[in-house]
Amino acid sequence: MEQVHLNIDGKDILTTSDRTILEAARENGIRIPSLCNEQRMEPYGACRICLVEVEGARGLLPACYTTVTDGMVVHTATEELIRIRRTILELILSDHPKDCMTCESTGSCELQDLAYEYGVKDARFRGEEHHYEVLADNPLIERDYDKCILCGRCIRICREVQGVGVYDFVNRGFDSVPGIPYDKPMMESPCEFCGQCVSTCPTGAITSIPSKGKGRSWQVEKVRTTCAYCGCGCQLDLHVREGEIVEVSSPLMVGPGQGNLCVKGRYGYSFVQHEDRLTTPLVRKGGDLVPAAWEEALGMVANHIREAMDDEGPDSVAFLSSARCTNEENYLLMKLARAVVGTNNVDHCARL
Amino acid sequence: MSTGGKNKLVLGYGTCGIAAGATAVKDALENELATGKYDAYLDIAGCMGFCFREPIVEVTDPDGRSVIYGDLSPKRVSRLLEAVAGGEVIEDWVVRRSDEPGAGEGDFLANQHRIVLRNCGNINPESIEEYISTGGYEAARKALTSMTPEELIDEVGKSGIRGRGGAGFPTGTKWGFARKAKGEQKYLVCNADEGDPGAFMDRSVLEGDPHAVIEGMIVAGYAIGATQAYIYCRAEYPLALKRLDIAIAACHEWGYLGQGIFGTDWDFDIKIKKGAGAFVCGEETALIASIEGKRGMPRPRPPFPANEGLWGKPTNINNVETLAAIPWIIANGGDRYASVGTEKSKGTKVFCLAGKVRRSGLAEVPMGYTLRQVIFDVGGGVREGKEFKAVQMGGPSGGCLPASLLDTLVDYDAITATGAIMGSGGMIVADSSTCMVDLARYFLSFTQEESCGKCVPCRIGTKRMLEILARICSGEGEPEDLERLDILAGDIKAGSLCALGGTAPNPVLTTLKYFRNEYEDHILRKKCTAGVCPALITLHIQEDICTGCGACAKICPVEAISGEKKEPHAIDADTCIRCKLCLSRCPEEAIYAE
Amino acid sequence: MTNSIDDLEKAGCILVIGSNTTEGHPIIGLRIKQAVMQNECKLIVAEPRHIRLCYYADQWLQQRPGSDVALLNGMMNVILAEGLADEEFIRERTEGFEEFKKVVEEYAPERASEICGVEADEIRRAARTFAGAERAAIVYAMGITQHTTGVDNVLSLANLAMLTGNLGMEGTGVNPLRGQNNVQGACDMGGLPNVFTGYQAVADAKTRDKFETAWGVDYLSGNPGLTLMEMMDGAHAGDIKVLYIMGENPVISDPDVEHLKEALERVDFLVVQDIFLTETARYADVVLPAVSFAEKEGTFTNTDRRVQRVRKAVEPPGEARDDLWIIAQVSSRLGYDMGDTPAPRIMEEIASLTPSYGGISYARLEEEGELRWPCPSADHPGTPILHVGKITRGKGLFSPVEYRPPAELPDEEYPLVMTTGRLLAHYHTGTMTRRVKALDELVPRNQVWVNPGDAEKLGVGNGQEVALQSRRGSIRLEAKVTDKVGEGVVFVPFHFGESPANALTNPALDPVAKIPEFKVAAVRILTGESMAGINYSTSVT
Repeated sequence: MEQVHLNIDGKDILTTSDRTILEAARENGIRIPSLCNEQRMEPYGACRICLVEVEGARGLLPACYTTVTDGMVVHTATEELIRIRRTILELILSDHPKDCMTCESTGSCELQDLAYEYGVKDARFRGEEHHYEVLADNPLIERDYDKCILCGRCIRICREVQGVGVYDFVNRGFDSVPGIPYDKPMMESPCEFCGQCVSTCPTGAITSIPSKGKGRSWQVEKVRTTCAYCGCGCQLDLHVREGEIVEVSSPLMVGPGQGNLCVKGRYGYSFVQHEDRLTTPLVRKGGDLVPAAWEEALGMVANHIREAMDDEGPDSVAFLSSARCTNEENYLLMKLARAVVGTNNVDHCARL
Repeated sequence: MSTGGKNKLVLGYGTCGIAAGATAVKDALENELATGKYDAYLDIAGCMGFCFREPIVEVTDPDGRSVIYGDLSPKRVSRLLEAVAGGEVIEDWVVRRSDEPGAGEGDFLANQHRIVLRNCGNINPESIEEYISTGGYEAARKALTSMTPEELIDEVGKSGIRGRGGAGFPTGTKWGFARKAKGEQKYLVCNADEGDPGAFMDRSVLEGDPHAVIEGMIVAGYAIGATQAYIYCRAEYPLALKRLDIAIAACHEWGYLGQGIFGTDWDFDIKIKKGAGAFVCGEETALIASIEGKRGMPRPRPPFPANEGLWGKPTNINNVETLAAIPWIIANGGDRYASVGTEKSKGTKVFCLAGKVRRSGLAEVPMGYTLRQVIFDVGGGVREGKEFKAVQMGGPSGGCLPASLLDTLVDYDAITATGAIMGSGGMIVADSSTCMVDLARYFLSFTQEESCGKCVPCRIGTKRMLEILARICSGEGEPEDLERLDILAGDIKAGSLCALGGTAPNPVLTTLKYFRNEYEDHILRKKCTAGVCPALITLHIQEDICTGCGACAKICPVEAISGEKKEPHAIDADTCIRCKLCLSRCPEEAIYAE
Repeated sequence: MTNSIDDLEKAGCILVIGSNTTEGHPIIGLRIKQAVMQNECKLIVAEPRHIRLCYYADQWLQQRPGSDVALLNGMMNVILAEGLADEEFIRERTEGFEEFKKVVEEYAPERASEICGVEADEIRRAARTFAGAERAAIVYAMGITQHTTGVDNVLSLANLAMLTGNLGMEGTGVNPLRGQNNVQGACDMGGLPNVFTGYQAVADAKTRDKFETAWGVDYLSGNPGLTLMEMMDGAHAGDIKVLYIMGENPVISDPDVEHLKEALERVDFLVVQDIFLTETARYADVVLPAVSFAEKEGTFTNTDRRVQRVRKAVEPPGEARDDLWIIAQVSSRLGYDMGDTPAPRIMEEIASLTPSYGGISYARLEEEGELRWPCPSADHPGTPILHVGKITRGKGLFSPVEYRPPAELPDEEYPLVMTTGRLLAHYHTGTMTRRVKALDELVPRNQVWVNPGDAEKLGVGNGQEVALQSRRGSIRLEAKVTDKVGEGVVFVPFHFGESPANALTNPALDPVAKIPEFKVAAVRILTGESMAGINYSTSVT
């Protein structure tokens, strides 16, 4: 890979020849807006929001798609570029619902943010608007194509990253829209319900049903943690609103998953606050498990261990630690078995 | 040309001829000839260019004199054969005669310079032997056996030929890019996805001289280092596809395609990929996606196909017309080709004359002709002696030029300077009965419908422009609409992903530039001066001319016309739906639109 | 894993064997798919079932369950016979090659084919693809280990990697996918009967000295303890008086459930510490309500040895308490004061006693996000790939491995082979996922997958209720007729308490690793009236 010198908006930048203008700019603190670009996918060049002027080039170039070359001089915010971005945003808004009040994505909507930034109101180019049926044909993913801006991110993440290809565009031109072959419901498609399409949709066109109405991006606190399912160790952001987990996302380009999640990682969180959770110690009395105080339960446990140790020796006590628990918990239980009780009878279900 | 001591009849059997009834004529001729009464035989050829006189038969006598007859029908076949047998010429039917260049439509051909169309209409396109008899495949043999790829690229560079698909990029330079691109596997693609309304150059070449294209591909493949080629041809061209199939099969038999062609160790083969008729698939990257089995949508360039094309490999894409010129250039030398044309536009260009021009058909003229020469000297001017109003150059991506620009040269840069483009060669002539707003609306509706939907400016922008035009045509235009059109057109041109969107506003921009008064008439005065836009016209019957025959009243679908027999009739404007049926029906031409 | 998840994409060939990766480890499955789609990596899938990865594979070797050694020996026979082995690697970095070679030479592809059911030419092609790649990685999971020949299977994979020099570089390696979020960590932390943290043997006196000093105790036992299966047998026999289970649900996850339930009933005192009243907790004498992953601080160690943080996001319900607190409370009541037990302090203690975790601290994790052990010191960056330049034990040891059939083969009475596994939408014993409404709606019930040929013979229709029976138990469930399983093989997921697959599985163990043979059991399908009068296992009480 070669080193490349270029100049973006008057700033001299040193980068490598595999970088796009967009990447080189962002890595150097220059923000070029974009809608159809996302790090997990190949560049696409469709939204035209990231167009920049490259001196000597024929026409404007999409920053997301154009790789840097030595000596390149780039302008990202000329009067013409800003005018075109405004026109594009106006055009998108001319076929987009104005229901930001109730839209699930308000606050995390990339279109809304850009419209705000560029001060665009939908006024000049009114015309025909699409009115599609909202599709909620499965328990997890809702599709409202009125809000689709045809960035193709859902299609591309499903095909390029997930390797499944549930969606593609159907129809042409103004009537293009993502669809599932033969308009089948998602449950009958090869969909794996990973929600990757939800994670990348820049607007409210594809949203998670379980999170509906549960919190805006500014109302939630995100807590970074590690997924509790399989051994991949994907990094999660738990979105917490007033003590409730309302959604799960994964930070982009971080950890083993690089921002990708599976159906369990993304949607398998509600057990945490399920009504079946144990809320009090239980002890067996008269054949039944009945609620008890911690003091009583812990006392019983200690007494029975002590009794067995005294009567039959430490090896009459056995501990199963857990592949579900933390390192610290496993360590401590192991210590309890070995140091306190004095037995090596400690194992877990590694083999199962 | 030797006819073997017999009269040779050649029937124009391209799609234009077939559409005009050539198959019935062919059947009739075959039946008559089967009787054995006539000392003549029948062959077929592709389009001879005289589409306006199809069905056409060229008669060549044993001495080599030829007469081309037009407007044939099965009924006229026996008369024709009798004349042929008697050595007689039927003057009324003559389109052209070799011994009298001024007769018929003789100047149509006389004013052309045929390189690409050198064989079209002259040979049987289904016979490789006929192609070879004209010197066919000698250029490919010469290229493969005595020239290096670099020499070939130089030769093509010297010719100055530029891509005839419309963009006009120098072909030699393009080949050089593909040659230099790193990669073991490279591809050549022939772009036969001709889609402009009113354009049929490529179809006519493929139907009339498929081997010229294949020979050009063999040379191109060798020059860039591609062993596999594709012809991307739309499925709506069944005859072209059939003749390509026949030609490719013949090439395999003759050792011109396949392994070790022309006795060298060079392998080269061609596959045909049928397109499903999406206009955007004429765009190189969309075409590649389509061949790969994906939805035909363009991607930004760079990277250019020369570096990352079909299946990610270096790929060179040339248009049919470009490739058909290549064998001539190799055979005759780049210098000779470059001796024709202007400083920056060399050689010839094939145009499809259509619309209100008198001779609609296929014409190849040297670069540097004026539009006036093409339309008037070759095309014979406007039909029915009406006044020339405009010519639409380059199809929906091009522009409308007014009479004041008729002396513009056929030259890439000169035409681009007017706001139109050379394009692939469509030339649609408009007269005073054409509404320029309606014409712009028509072309925009075409591109809007053909937009792939990928980028915002094209997908939504052209839609909004079209809505504005529709509004103007229906009399609901606002003065601000002209500004809106200007803004949208500019931003769509600058912001679109591919040339489809990038050129879609051209018809609107050029009509706004050259015919702004018509827009203003529609918007401010609510008038369509050409009498085209239904919402803006009223139909009237001139009392002094009307004879009261009642024909108009009979044909009116909404009973808007009334009047006593033999008395002048009148049209009720409130009931009238402005279908204009009456206008075309009136024997006295007493009805007019205003 | 010897290698990292990230470097799978550098492999020119990946052999996935005994792993339904896209369902069991979806994100690793995703990385494998990306390697195939974006890097033209050749994928070989060896698996009795047609799994999703087969769609991306260059080759699907549809082997018979339990035939891995024969298949791998057959591939290695081809590699040797065709001179595709990495002789330099073998010479420089391994030992025991000659004895190994003698055994493998007996497994011509034709012979291997008879055992494993994969055509000889397919075995040849796979061998050439694997050996021909500049970098080839092996990925496996429980389909390799849960056999009475589990250790043999793993040794065979190690043989294959060494034979082709595929160790110690990016895009290579022998990569077991650990099934659960922290199974790696639980092992690392000494949750095993024979080792302390970091695999320091309890039998080693010096190690015991170190821990005795650190923990302030006089004596630590040097006798390895009981494995899980042995504990259950001990409980069954009355030798184990108190069983303390933290966060496990053996009633669903363990083989031969009926035997296990008896053991839990017989043990004098059963303590279960969990977040739900699991199928296992229902047998307890005391149930201690613990906290979920979202309610505590800690670390998990994933399958590629990455130590990452777990953080508290919400408050636990009711009186549920942090597991660390609970353990410390029990300890102090037994007379040992563990002191304060915040997770960062525990990690300090772990690091001080565990060389491979020596450089891991919460401060660094906060800063760096993740650390891969071995990370012996505070300035050590962690180790993405093991065995670089030199195999950890010195020289890699080739093991001569002969094929042994599974412990239970189909016969007239039980003519089908049952194999078990996971589904994408559910997890392990279903304790969590079956309580997530949407996930349970995606896959609400258990199904036995039956080949259409077998279904026709048995008169079983798609969606029909059938009984599945082994020598150990019976369950009722729906039949799914699909050609994704071969003839003679049925597949049952084990997530479902109402029809627990492990009521049927064979508790026969691998002699070394003591892993039960979940992947092969002889079963039969009953339909209609013959289903009546049978005592069906179900854990829903």
